[in-house]
Amino acid sequence: MKYMDEFRDGELAKIVAANIAREADSGHRYNLMEFCGGHTHAISRYGLSDLLPSAVRMIHGPGCPVCVLPIGRIDLAIQLALEHKVTLCTYGDCLRVPASGGLSLLKAKARGADVRMVYSTIDALKLAQDHPEKQVVFFAIGFETTTPPTAAILIQAKALGLENFSVICNHVLTPAAMHAILAGQGGERLDGFVGPAHVSTVIGSQPYEPFASDYGKPVVIAGFEPLDVMQAVLMLVRQVNAGRAVVENEFTRAVTREGNKKAQALVNDVFELRDAFEWRGLGTIPLSALKMRPAFAEFDAELRFDLQYHPVPDHKACECGAILRGEKRPQECRIFGTVCTPENPVGSCMVSSEGACAAHYTYGRFKDMAVVAA
Amino acid sequence: MCLAIPARIEQVNGADNAIVNLGGVRKEISLALVEDVVVGDYVIVHVGYALQKLDEDEALRTLALFAEVSELENSSS
Amino acid sequence: MKIKTSYGRPLDIKNGCIEMSHGSGGRAMAQLIDELFVAALGNQYLAQGNDGALLPEAGGRLVMATDSHVVSPLFFPGGDIGCLSVHGTINDVAVMGAKPLYLSASFILEEGFPLVDLKRIVESMAKAGSEAGVPVVTGDTKVVEQGKGDGVFITTTGVGVVADGVHLSGDRARPGDRILLSGTIGDHGMAILSQREGLAFDAPIVSDTAALHGLVAAMLDSGADLHVLRDPTRGGLSATLNEIARQSGTGMLLNEAAIPLAPAVAAACEFLGLDPLHVANEGKLVAICAAEDADRLLAVMRSHPLGGNSAHIGEVTEDPRSFVQMVTALGGRRIVDWLSGEQLPRIC
Repeated sequence: MKYMDEFRDGELAKIVAANIAREADSGHRYNLMEFCGGHTHAISRYGLSDLLPSAVRMIHGPGCPVCVLPIGRIDLAIQLALEHKVTLCTYGDCLRVPASGGLSLLKAKARGADVRMVYSTIDALKLAQDHPEKQVVFFAIGFETTTPPTAAILIQAKALGLENFSVICNHVLTPAAMHAILAGQGGERLDGFVGPAHVSTVIGSQPYEPFASDYGKPVVIAGFEPLDVMQAVLMLVRQVNAGRAVVENEFTRAVTREGNKKAQALVNDVFELRDAFEWRGLGTIPLSALKMRPAFAEFDAELRFDLQYHPVPDHKACECGAILRGEKRPQECRIFGTVCTPENPVGSCMVSSEGACAAHYTYGRFKDMAVVAA
Repeated sequence: MCLAIPARIEQVNGADNAIVNLGGVRKEISLALVEDVVVGDYVIVHVGYALQKLDEDEALRTLALFAEVSELENSSS
Repeated sequence: MKIKTSYGRPLDIKNGCIEMSHGSGGRAMAQLIDELFVAALGNQYLAQGNDGALLPEAGGRLVMATDSHVVSPLFFPGGDIGCLSVHGTINDVAVMGAKPLYLSASFILEEGFPLVDLKRIVESMAKAGSEAGVPVVTGDTKVVEQGKGDGVFITTTGVGVVADGVHLSGDRARPGDRILLSGTIGDHGMAILSQREGLAFDAPIVSDTAALHGLVAAMLDSGADLHVLRDPTRGGLSATLNEIARQSGTGMLLNEAAIPLAPAVAAACEFLGLDPLHVANEGKLVAICAAEDADRLLAVMRSHPLGGNSAHIGEVTEDPRSFVQMVTALGGRRIVDWLSGEQLPRIC
């Protein structure tokens, strides 16, 4: 597969790993946060931490849209499916997130709710077109990568005059979350960010410039493949060594400074900023999420079905919050791997394959458990 | 969730749709979020949409960067 | 004297459907069985015409295995629920080291299911059974009301005989053993899912459904010190290896680069965000053998038509935690864990 296989080449990985080992000062600790859940997954799935010197520590950030979605928002979707009996469409990972009352969307489906997994918003719209007798609601989540597809579908729905289609919008913004991290406890300790790959193809590299200039933290935007992540780590190590803090772009094959203007314009046509939005683990952050503009209010499921949001606190023992902020590691959560597992997730970090806990449990927990010699 | 793949545009249907090919697998996707895409271009595909064109020159440049062996010795004790 | 029963008009295969009467035990059911099932599957045991089949002495330790099939869609590239149900149970018997001898087949049919589809399925079963040399000797049909089934569900049970001295079991893997795989993974699951998700192909992904008892026989004949044989179906290779690791109380270390994977399957998995290690197979087996016999066994597998892409994919290790670890293509290590939750519904 072109533009994938070459970026997973084991021989090149050895070269980049050697470069990092050579250039990283073994007396220094490099605390680097990979913001994006996709990068968390790549690091775990390829065992990249084995290829990095111990001086480099990767801290998993909150860039996993399922992980930062508060329980109360899932409750809205479940309510729509079970009580209002809509056909609820969602991306796969949302299905298993544990919500209130011991329910999840998947469990609601087992109780008779019409919950459907879709790979694309296009599928949800088509469902609405094919079934005018059903109320179809799309549960939209995601950072800036995933927002333009929702915008596109709403524009199409409006043009078609579809009356049986609406969206619950949970789209959130990357820079707002990065600010929250840097303003929090763990922020001080961070030496730099590996910036998201696909979010950046949409928003460009420019929005990260304040983190470098105002907070003095270097940001290197990295592509999605393991070699991209490793090269970005090298570039960050170099900046830290040189005392520099600028935004650099490793993912030049898909990211420009301005980003995708067309996609940005479409998003701007459809959405506007919410005053504030609750994020799981990060608390309520102002101007961090989107809702539909008045012109698209007819497609806002929260208005159409008069939904009231009720915040729900996390399970007392759940450390998703601290983990999302990069203050704790999954294995430092009391219930990690015992009470909370992918089969019985207590918190959202364990549900999504991009969540720090799920990634560590699925790919890396063997490192935590010492082998007892026979 | 951030799942996105680079795929080659094999066929363009009108302004808004295309068939992409990744490793011999073809799928129909939407071009609603991009412009000036032609057959032979590579695009990043996410949840059924092309998000951005892939710059093939930059891809080669990045691959070349991976292969550069750095000469800097670290200065720790 | 053979009594020819008269059913009046023959079954209207072309336009007819399953009706409730086909499951009631009366004349309609007898006609369905005669004109559709027996007509396709006919053999000396079915011809006995009794509730159970009287079989000759088997002359050895018996193995029995059973499998239900709920695959959707019923017809997919490379096969259908019929041949799948035959291959699946033959394979379960074969990986016990047994020679599969006989099958039974139970059908749960939904009212309204087209007879032409049923005939196609049953003929596919007959062909699979005949090619494998394993007849369906007894069976059952039930009919449920429309909406209470999903076309057809098939359960097959198989019996076979194990030769003296053959002892294959999931708890026999030992540290130092080699892990061999008979070919590419993920073909079956991706053939099904790709059809559901509207992926098209330059070269279509086709289910690998196949009866493996011939390959198993060749492997047993090689004289290699074989400890475990298993076929990785639902849950993929990862589930099978984790099962064996847990049963044997050992660990495993795999080499990702050595695991055979067809390019189209790799690409389809990328498109849909799936890990091929979790995707179902229906014509592959995992063999764990003593290290000194691995090369010989691999050569035997590769010379069999169903084992051409066989590969040595890893080793059994000492690990009381029973982790299956893998060296990734990049050289780092990670676990190959059980699949969490449901990845692909109704795959088998």
